[in-house]
Amino acid sequence: MTETSETASQATDRPGPLREFWYYFRENRGAVMGLWIFVAFVLVALFADLIAPHDPTAQFRKNLLQPPFWQEGGSIAFPLGTDALGRDILSRLLHGARYSFYVGIVVVTVAASGGIVIGLIAGFAPRWLDAIIMRIMDIILAFPSLLLALVLVAILGPSLTNAMIAIAIVLQPHYVRLTRASVLSERSKDYVTAARVAGAGRLRLMFVTVLPNCLSPIIVQAALSFSTAILDAAALGFLGMGAQPPTPEWGTMLAEAREFILRAWWVVTFPGLAILVTVLAINLMGDGLRDALDPKLKRS
Amino acid sequence: MLKFILSRLLTFLPTFFGVTLISFAFIRLLPGDPITVLAGERGISAERHAELMTEFGFDQPMLIQYWDYLKGVVQGDLGQSLVTKKPVWDEFFTLFPATLELSICAIIFAVALGLPAGVIAAVNRGKFFDRLLMSSALVGYSMPIFWWALLLIIAFSGWLGWTPVSGRISLMYYFDSGTGFMLIDSLRSGQDGAFWSAVHHLILPTIVLGTIPLAVIARQTRSAMLEVLSEDYIRTARAKGLAPFRVNGVHALRNALIPVITVIGLSVGTLLAGAILTETIFSWPGIGKWMVDSIFRRDYPVVQGGLLLIAVMVMIVNLIVDMLYGFINPKIRKR
Repeated sequence: MTETSETASQATDRPGPLREFWYYFRENRGAVMGLWIFVAFVLVALFADLIAPHDPTAQFRKNLLQPPFWQEGGSIAFPLGTDALGRDILSRLLHGARYSFYVGIVVVTVAASGGIVIGLIAGFAPRWLDAIIMRIMDIILAFPSLLLALVLVAILGPSLTNAMIAIAIVLQPHYVRLTRASVLSERSKDYVTAARVAGAGRLRLMFVTVLPNCLSPIIVQAALSFSTAILDAAALGFLGMGAQPPTPEWGTMLAEAREFILRAWWVVTFPGLAILVTVLAINLMGDGLRDALDPKLKRS
Repeated sequence: MLKFILSRLLTFLPTFFGVTLISFAFIRLLPGDPITVLAGERGISAERHAELMTEFGFDQPMLIQYWDYLKGVVQGDLGQSLVTKKPVWDEFFTLFPATLELSICAIIFAVALGLPAGVIAAVNRGKFFDRLLMSSALVGYSMPIFWWALLLIIAFSGWLGWTPVSGRISLMYYFDSGTGFMLIDSLRSGQDGAFWSAVHHLILPTIVLGTIPLAVIARQTRSAMLEVLSEDYIRTARAKGLAPFRVNGVHALRNALIPVITVIGLSVGTLLAGAILTETIFSWPGIGKWMVDSIFRRDYPVVQGGLLLIAVMVMIVNLIVDMLYGFINPKIRKR
């Protein structure tokens, strides 16, 4: 009786997993900064309609290629200037956050859920099936990601949705490999044998017993592929194979701005800056996540 | 060692067949049958359509079609470009030196700056230099390189007027391309200023293509160095009174290089993906631009053949890196 109460009090002394995670995450100042920028980015994406001063596709024909407000000829009505069709760049950027966020969420959800399920199957399957799955993943990884995405879009037709499908297919093998590797290292551990002896079915072993213990590297990968998805979608948009004009997607905006680079620096600078800041914030966060979740590095 | 090489080759073969299968499937996955696709927007009469279907063997069972395709691939027959009517194989290897030259310059740029940056950061761990270098590396790693290219063009070509915006060499120079490498050909031509013109054209694309590998190499060197620096033999070397430069530069760096070399080898895929964007922006006549142009022109045999050749090339390089790695580090062979 006394023994059980002792273990119980020990259990309450140990901080919960979330609090422990936050404790280590907080130590990395860059990661916290990245988190705040990311929160701001999500808020902008959600409330773009309310924050943006103008409609992102409204054309102000009297104010073509107007510079930002601090330059001569600029006005506070268009704080970051206007593009070649007289559209307000700030409003377009704010709405662009919405597309990038959407791309990130959809691509990561599709790639991660597909990759985790396939990886779990590969980890638990008989050897021949495992070999087949992993060879298929090797085949996808043999193509440079952007090239494969481009070709897939060429088959499906250029649009933001097809770009997202292509990027999800290209990113998915990374999840399969990660999940399979951690499943293989967990599978032979005592707690899994115990669960099996206790009569847990195969599905329960896969999803309830083993999967939660494999999640750390997958979470880090999710953060990193969120930024890859945004970059690749912007690159496809830039090449004319992603979102189509007049969609205010950041990469598409850059493609439209290309011919004005020597006349109007602002139409080129701001969309790219938006991509860079968002991707940088997510990568900072990803580094912090890895430090906080990887027990090997934790106390070094 | 022989067993190790054989096992790697055994995993190479199924991947190779898979890659051929994907490029074979590509032209058949497009909406419409292949002949309609190849005829393009002009359309084609029903009779000629049926004739061509038989001529190209598209009416055969899929398995036989694939077998014929595979036979062609092994013999270097990848079909003809619809636009230029030249064999895809020849076009690829005419344009490839341009991409190779740019990639080699980009890797040299990345290693020349990335290695010292990683070493300096590791030696000054937690100090100002470490933070500065690693923040810059993270910015480089997060860079949308197509935007970075445009910024460099604005600064160096627009404002300063130092570098040209596109192409491999000024139109003033003309000579036969012997090797396909502009730096070598321009030197051999003996024309005044030709070499410098080629160098000028290379600067911006090299920086753009090398930026992400540079960031990756700097980060990888730093973490590999940090791991090595905590080893006993480093402490011994320090205790013997060796100069810090010798300890860090010779004892530590040599052992930290193994993972770094792997990263360099495995960045071939990244380079080729980056080449697609870099070559498109700088009108660099290499295979990246060739692929993008072909996709837009609906020149599908080119897309199909290029896709296959690029994937096979990435696979061969990865295989070589893998084997070299097993050669350097015997522990890997056992797995």
